[in-house]
Amino acid sequence: MTQSNENLPKISKDKFTIVGGKHDKTDQLAEKSVSFWKEVRLRFMHNKLAIVGFFILIIVALMAIFVPWLSPYSYREQLGVYNAPPSAAHWFGTDDLGRDIFVRVWFGARISLFIGLSAAVIDLIIGVAWGSIAGLAGGRVDDIMMRIADVLTAVPYLLVVIILLVVLQPGLLPMIIALSITGWVNMARIVRGEVLSIKSREYVLAARTLGANTTHIIMKHLVPNALGAILVTMTLTIPSAIFTESFLSYLGLGVPQPMASWGTMASDGNNALDTAPWRLIFPAILISVTIFAFNAVGDGLRDALDPKLRK
Amino acid sequence: MLKYILKRFVYIFIALFLIITITFFLMRLAPGSPFASEKSFPPEIEAQLNAEYGLDNPWYIQYKDYLISTAQLDFGESMKYKGRSTNDMIAESFPISLTLGVEAMILAVGLGVLFGSVAALYHNRGVDYVVTTIAVLGISVPSFILAGLLQYFLGLKLQLFPISGWNGFIYSILPATAIAVTHMGFIAKLVRSSMLEQNNSEYVKMARSKGLSKWGVLFKHSLRNALLPVVTYLAPLFAGVITGSFIVEQIFAIPGLGKYFVTSITNRDYTVIMGTTVFYSIILLLAVLIVDILYGFIDPRIKLRGGKKA
Repeated sequence: MTQSNENLPKISKDKFTIVGGKHDKTDQLAEKSVSFWKEVRLRFMHNKLAIVGFFILIIVALMAIFVPWLSPYSYREQLGVYNAPPSAAHWFGTDDLGRDIFVRVWFGARISLFIGLSAAVIDLIIGVAWGSIAGLAGGRVDDIMMRIADVLTAVPYLLVVIILLVVLQPGLLPMIIALSITGWVNMARIVRGEVLSIKSREYVLAARTLGANTTHIIMKHLVPNALGAILVTMTLTIPSAIFTESFLSYLGLGVPQPMASWGTMASDGNNALDTAPWRLIFPAILISVTIFAFNAVGDGLRDALDPKLRK
Repeated sequence: MLKYILKRFVYIFIALFLIITITFFLMRLAPGSPFASEKSFPPEIEAQLNAEYGLDNPWYIQYKDYLISTAQLDFGESMKYKGRSTNDMIAESFPISLTLGVEAMILAVGLGVLFGSVAALYHNRGVDYVVTTIAVLGISVPSFILAGLLQYFLGLKLQLFPISGWNGFIYSILPATAIAVTHMGFIAKLVRSSMLEQNNSEYVKMARSKGLSKWGVLFKHSLRNALLPVVTYLAPLFAGVITGSFIVEQIFAIPGLGKYFVTSITNRDYTVIMGTTVFYSIILLLAVLIVDILYGFIDPRIKLRGGKKA
C-alpha cells in the first residue's frame, strides 16, 4: 500500500471533513456483555441439585483433610471396645478390632478422593494429549490413533482392572495405574470430537483469514471451547473411579489394611450385618452420598455449559 | 452393512487376542504359585505338578499351547480343584448368572422406561421430582452396597425375602434388584430427557391437538422414538449387569459364574481366572456388536458403514 502511494501527490488531512456515521457506536452491543463463564456460573447456581452436590463435596473434602485434628483417635488405633454401637464417644460406633468408624470413614474419604482425583488427572493428561493430537493432525495419524482407542474400548474395563490388580500388589499406586490404563480412552474420544468440530467452525476460519496464527487459535478458540466438555468428563470420571475403587476393595483387591477404604469397610461390615449393622451403613452412606454429589455437580456443569440451553 | 460387521469382527478379534495375551503374561508375572498355598510340597511333587500343567515348558511353548487351546474354547483345568475343568465350571454356573442377569435387565429396562415416561408426562410436577430423585439416588448407590442393605432390611429385619442362596424365583428377587437399581436410574433419566425432547416436537403437538390422550400419544408415537437411547444403553447395561453380578452373587451366595470368578481371584487359581476372563470378554464383545447392529436396524437414520461409527 505504502509503495503505491509514493507516486501520488500528497493530500493533507485538513482537506477532509467528517460528515457523519458513528462507526464507534454501531460496533457496540446494546446490552452489557456477560462473559461465557459468568453465564455458566449463573446457570450452575440455579441448579439446586448441583449446588447441594457442590456443598456436600466441600464438606467431605474438608472432613477428609481435617479429621486428624477433629478426633482424638487415629484410624488404626485399637481402642479395646469391639463392635460398639454409635455413642457420644464413638459417633459411628467401632468395628471388630475396636477402631473408631467415624475416623476411619473420613480417612476412607481421603483415599477415595485421592484415587478419584488422580485417576481423573491422569485421564485428563493422556486423553487431552491423545485426542488433540489425533484431532489436529487428522488423516492417517488420526486413523491409527483412533483405531488403537477403538480396540482399547473393546476390552472390558473392569476385567482388565481386576486382572491387573491380581498381579500388581494391592496398594494406592497399582490401583491408580489400573484405573487409568484404559480410562483415558473416553476423554481422548471426547477431546478429539471437540477439536474436530471446532477446527472446522466458521469463527476459526474467520480468525485464520484475519491473520491469527495457530497458537492464537489453539489458545483463544480450541482450548476455551473444548474446556467445557473436558471439565464435564473429568467431573464424571471421578465418581466412576470412586465406585470402581470401592468395588475392587470389596473384592479384596484394594488398598491393604490397616488403611481405611470405603469398599473394604463395607465388605467387612456386610459380614457383620446382623450384629453390627452400623459397620455397613456408615461407609455405605458416605460412598453413595459422595458419588451422588459428583454426579450432581457433573450433570449441573453439563447443563450449564450446554449452549442449547443458553437464554 | 456386511463390511461394517466384518470390520467389527476384526476389532473383536484383535481385542480378544490382546486380552488373551495380556492375561497370559500378567498371570506369569503374578506373585505366588497356586500350588504353594497352605502346605509346601516336596520338590519332586511340585515338579510333577508343574509338568502336568505344562508350567515347566519355556514361555513361548506355554503361550502357543494356551493360544491353541483357547481358540478351541478349552480353558484348561482348575489348579485349585483337581479334576475340575474351567469349561465345566462355566457350563454349570453361567446359566445361573444368565438367569439373574436377564431378570435384572428386564427389571432395569421395564421400571426405567416406566419411571422415565411418567416423569416426562408430569414434567416439573411432584411425580417428576419424586421419580428424578429416586433415579439419582439409584445411580449413586453402588450395587454391592444396595445388596447389603436389602439383605439387612428386607431379608433380616422384615423377613420378606430369603437372605441368601439360590432356590427358586423368590431367591432371585433381592439380588436382581440390587444389580438393576443403578441401571434403572440411568434408563429413567435417559427416557425422561428424550421423552421431553419428543414432547416438544411437532408430531406430538399434532397428535395432541388431534385429541389423542397423553398416554395414547405416549404409546402410539413418542415412546418409540424416546426408546432409541435406551437401545444404545443396552450394551453397557449388559456389561454392567454381568460385572455387577461378581460381588452380588458372592454376597447372596449364588453359585453363579461371578462367584466362581471372585473365588478364583482369592485362590489365585490362574487357569480359572484366565478362562473366565476370556469367556466374559467374548460374551461382552459379542453383546456390544449385537446391540450396535440392532441399533442400525431400529433407527433408519443410522447407516452402518465401515469406518464411520454412529
